[in-house]
Amino acid sequence: MEPLQIAEKIKEKFPGEVLGVTEFRGQVSVHLKKEKLLDICRWLHDDPETDMDYLRDLCGVDYLGRKAPRYEVVYHLYSIKEGHMLRLRAQVPEGDTKIDSVVPVWVGANWHERECFDMYGISFNGHPDLRRILMPEDWEGHPLRKNYPVQGFTGEKEWKGYKEVLEKSERLKEFEWEKQ
Amino acid sequence: MNFLEIIFRPASFDVIVQLAIMVLKVVVVVGVIMLHVTYATYFERKSIGHMQVRLGPMRTGPHGLLQPIADFVKLFFKEDIIPAAADKPIFYMAPVISIFAGMSSLAVIPFFNGFVIANINIGLLFVLAMSSLGAYGIVMAGWSSNSKYSFLGGLRSSAQVISYEIALGLSLVGVMMMAGSLNMTEIVKAQLAYPTGMFLFPQILGFFVFMVAAFAETNRTPFDLPEAESELVAGYFVEYSGMRFALFYVAEYIGMIVMSLIAITCFLGGWDGPFQIPYVPFAWVFIKLYILIFLFYWIRATVPRFRYDHLMSFGWKILIPLALFNVVLTGLLKTLNVI
Amino acid sequence: MGEAVGEKGFQTKELTVSMGPQHPATHGVLKLVLDLDGETVVKCTPYVGYLHRGVEKLGENRTYFSALPLTDRLDYISSMSNNVGYVNAVETLFGIEAPERAKYIRTICAEMSRISSHIIWVATHALDIGAMTVFLYSFREREWILDLFEMLTGARLTVSYPRIGGVRNDVSQEFLDSLYKFVLEFPGRVDEYETLIDQNRIWLQRTKGIGIISAEEAVNWGLTGATLRGSGVNYDVRKANPYDVYDKVQFDVPLGKAGDVYDRYRCRMEELRQSARIIKQCIEQIPAGPILAPEAHKFVLPPKENVLKSMEALIHHFILITKGPLTAPVGEVYSATEVPKGELGFYIVSDGSGKPYRMRVRAPSFVHASVLPRLSEGHLLADVIANIGTIDIVLGECDR
Repeated sequence: MEPLQIAEKIKEKFPGEVLGVTEFRGQVSVHLKKEKLLDICRWLHDDPETDMDYLRDLCGVDYLGRKAPRYEVVYHLYSIKEGHMLRLRAQVPEGDTKIDSVVPVWVGANWHERECFDMYGISFNGHPDLRRILMPEDWEGHPLRKNYPVQGFTGEKEWKGYKEVLEKSERLKEFEWEKQ
Repeated sequence: MNFLEIIFRPASFDVIVQLAIMVLKVVVVVGVIMLHVTYATYFERKSIGHMQVRLGPMRTGPHGLLQPIADFVKLFFKEDIIPAAADKPIFYMAPVISIFAGMSSLAVIPFFNGFVIANINIGLLFVLAMSSLGAYGIVMAGWSSNSKYSFLGGLRSSAQVISYEIALGLSLVGVMMMAGSLNMTEIVKAQLAYPTGMFLFPQILGFFVFMVAAFAETNRTPFDLPEAESELVAGYFVEYSGMRFALFYVAEYIGMIVMSLIAITCFLGGWDGPFQIPYVPFAWVFIKLYILIFLFYWIRATVPRFRYDHLMSFGWKILIPLALFNVVLTGLLKTLNVI
Repeated sequence: MGEAVGEKGFQTKELTVSMGPQHPATHGVLKLVLDLDGETVVKCTPYVGYLHRGVEKLGENRTYFSALPLTDRLDYISSMSNNVGYVNAVETLFGIEAPERAKYIRTICAEMSRISSHIIWVATHALDIGAMTVFLYSFREREWILDLFEMLTGARLTVSYPRIGGVRNDVSQEFLDSLYKFVLEFPGRVDEYETLIDQNRIWLQRTKGIGIISAEEAVNWGLTGATLRGSGVNYDVRKANPYDVYDKVQFDVPLGKAGDVYDRYRCRMEELRQSARIIKQCIEQIPAGPILAPEAHKFVLPPKENVLKSMEALIHHFILITKGPLTAPVGEVYSATEVPKGELGFYIVSDGSGKPYRMRVRAPSFVHASVLPRLSEGHLLADVIANIGTIDIVLGECDR
């Protein structure tokens, strides 16, 4: 099945959910509202014609200052049997960074969603275990957001906990064997 | 009567001489075996190295010959780290028990005709008792280190030793029946009187069970579960360092040597060989010893590691029935006067 | 968790073992928190991220050209495959195509790195299960293949050899000859590894029926590569969406049946032979011609002597370093390649500037690490080790 046809079918099946369809280098993206995303995914997965059994990738994108809903969660779906690919781009506005989790449809989305949460702060409703994954548990901020600096913080010169480590090393100095 | 008088009475002078000879024997055996242990490590690294298309130690001395000595010096001068939460008395004791159990088994092994430190009548039982005592060292090390990996290693070891101890003991029953004695020297002499010169051929089943159980007793591959490097890091001695670590290491090699010596004494005809080597009465024991130790290394280089439950079922479901069958078979053949 | 009070008031609970991040069998800095009941794993929780270096964030702040070395550091065992995956993605984005000879060279390189990665895999997997000799046998061949890499690129591990629109330098006949010698001899070496473990009873006991995952479940988890094909799913990016010259060479995709550790092992061992076969065909077929596309001067730094002599080259050099390629279209592409670990995808969003607006790396190891609890729970501690080996993860790629 051609990806454009699938996009048409989504439009038919879920009227009002599709915001637009774009094609670039032969790859079709369907821009979606986030509300019925889980239903659309389930339908794409279960329908024998589309048969999107394999979630290739799930990631977030931050369009800070370039697009009205700031975030997007991008799903790359693939059908191993049919060999067609489709990209879903679900719009997530800045004030309401919540979207339905697709773990009930594809179990493999689990860690991808955790990473997206870690990197963009987008939380997934119904995710079984939404924790930070790549960054430490006590990390502040979401590194892949466009307003997150690449190097260092502007206000504070050193990394968090630096002072505490310095103090601790001062305290432990008395145990150094060179010092008589 | 003072002390000197006791010593210089003619009768007790005899005792003193005997004692001196005894001490001399102990020193010789311990010295020789320790030397063999150091070079057994070298032999292992070299032979496995060549099996694995590499050279083994090459840098220390010609062809790495001084490597064991360098290792010893290094381990001796290393800092002895004891975990803060360890159970200290047990932690100190564990390696000593391991090495003591291994060493004391050497007392009853005849190296050549007439040379044995303690020619006791229950030699074989003594060896079995001592080898099971060695497991205490491992269990105590695992428990006292207060580390979960050591603990799992100790647990595995106790389970493993209990299962394989039975097979080990049963596999020697056939030999006892044929020799009619538990004295190690008597066993060798019984073999020399036997047509094949050794008990290997009528007792081939027993020998097989014994060797497999010996591998398990000494924690060598494929039964090295207590120290499984990839699972338990180093198992029971993960928290040990320096000299205490070296003691465990030495205990493992002594265990290997002791098990080989028992196999030689009980199955392979002891100090006797196809021809006599003049002036070196212990030559055959050492030749056989090195062949068996090479077998240990060879198997280490060849096979993967067993899984815990497979190991247990192998011990209980295959080895013990085989050993029992061997006992029955030996008894049957003995009554029929076939052997 | 299962805390229970026994008859005499003893409280029993599972032993929690933290396996890693420093552990000889976790292939890097993976941490597994295991709840053990005896030796049975009741619960397994993987923790990743110890090697997180922010490759995606860094990629967004570098030009297309200078983001290439970042991809070396993803899966550092087969850095060439990552390079090839990245340049393929950028080429798809820009709509350019590398010349035929460069494609052949890339295919050769990608397959060489597949061999080197699978060699490491069989070595460590066997070592984890206790077969030590396989480890050293396979390092003998890895040394050989790294020497070949050095001969071609000058580097052994982090090669950064492909370029957007081609490759950095041409292959010499001498290199092709020695590589040909390697691929002729290599299948025999694979047989040698197999003699040690393939029929070994202990190996079979340790691998058969362990870590079973059915075909539907494997697809649902998003597994790729040999980890998926061990369950019998015929999905290989090289066949499904051929890139480079994979449509011009003959090769088979080995499939398993049972989906256990042993079948995945068989698949990878067979892939080693197939890779040698692909390289052999490539060397036989490789055409003469340029190694850079005509548009490549917009992406690849000009030679140093030209920079010093020619005005145009100097300008290209300056623009490339400071701004990156100026001809970037606005759009987004997802491009997947079959790397040794599975499907490596690059999702690149371009806003028309010389830097990728978003560079997403879909790392197979990341997905494979997430399936560990599913494979391990209910098995024994020793099987966890076998499972870590069988999913073939590299934490550099997993944590990015």
